[in-house]
Amino acid sequence: MLERLYKYAAPHQFFALSRALTPWFGGAAAALLAVGLAGALWFAPPDYQQGESVRIIYVHVPAAWMSLFVYVVLAAAGITGLVWNVKVADALARASAPLGASFTLLALATGSLWGKPMWGTWWVWDARLTSELILLFLYLGYIALQGAIEDTRMAARAGAVLAAIGLVNIPIIHYSVEWWSTLHQGPTITRFDAPAIHASMLVPLLIMALGFKAFYAATALVRMRCELLESECNSAWVTELGSGGK
Amino acid sequence: MNPARRRRLIIIVALVLGGGVAAALALRAFQENLLYFYSPSQVVAGEAPRNRAFRVGGLVENGSVQRDPQTLAVSFTLTDTLQSVRVQYQGVLPDLFREGQGIVANGRIGDGGVFVAGEVLAKHDENYMPPEVAKALAAAGKPIPRSAFKQAQ
Repeated sequence: MLERLYKYAAPHQFFALSRALTPWFGGAAAALLAVGLAGALWFAPPDYQQGESVRIIYVHVPAAWMSLFVYVVLAAAGITGLVWNVKVADALARASAPLGASFTLLALATGSLWGKPMWGTWWVWDARLTSELILLFLYLGYIALQGAIEDTRMAARAGAVLAAIGLVNIPIIHYSVEWWSTLHQGPTITRFDAPAIHASMLVPLLIMALGFKAFYAATALVRMRCELLESECNSAWVTELGSGGK
Repeated sequence: MNPARRRRLIIIVALVLGGGVAAALALRAFQENLLYFYSPSQVVAGEAPRNRAFRVGGLVENGSVQRDPQTLAVSFTLTDTLQSVRVQYQGVLPDLFREGQGIVANGRIGDGGVFVAGEVLAKHDENYMPPEVAKALAAAGKPIPRSAFKQAQ
């Protein structure tokens, strides 16, 4: 098992695997997001307190979850690349950064749009919102670092160190609503009791979350192929690919 | 694992742990500033700042809302079920403002211990359900869960 996994740490092997997997994840993302959005916008009921405005949860929460998930993937991949010199892991870290930054921005923007009608304000400096904004800056810092260092190997190492230090922010974001009094409400689903959301709203929310995951997988695979082609442009398998071979 | 990899792994683990300890110490030091609002109990106990603006958060007590029909002035009582603070406000209230709702008010303690708010925000809790379910709960005499201020109590 481990040996089969090990095989795909070789860039050209991974490249072929990524090509095969992308349509599956892309198809799953399209199907899940279509079903999830239909459920979110038509089939899910309005909330007893918030009315129709609650529907923004179906984009806001999956985006916020992904902003944390992608960061953990980025940091884990960066550390793997740094310690074990795995080029595919470096490509994963680098490919994930703009995606994670986009999810974070989406979570912040939808949260702001939701906050205005419900809370009465676009933005407050409470612990949850502030730590999520810091996450956006971590992503942007990582992207800037990759752009600033010409040598991809060096850039990957510097990025991995930054990502590893930034990891501390992830539990802070998650637990901020429990550790400190915040305007943002507490966890609805990721808690020890039963979810505090009715099943008719929970199901489309989870479908949307899976759709976001599949979308991330598909786009990350495509982006990783670009990263590998660029960093491996002098190797034999890329030359072969370029000359029309499959 | 070869020595070079082991060394890199140790460095990165030390880095993550060091970052964690530094963050934990910093957050402990700024604990007070990270609280977005004080609870009415804290305000009554005198833990809230006296001579600058701060926020107080609690549930709007049932039957406590008094509106001036001529102006936008409104006053209500915020409670964390143990203590309560009377709040005065002049302005537009958020849509979610209602009795029993979680509210965070920003302002300062005025004459007679009344909290004069310059801004009133609604804090909703983590419970989501269709209106029919809420109605059924109410009809069955079951309390609708309210935990917006669970931590504050």
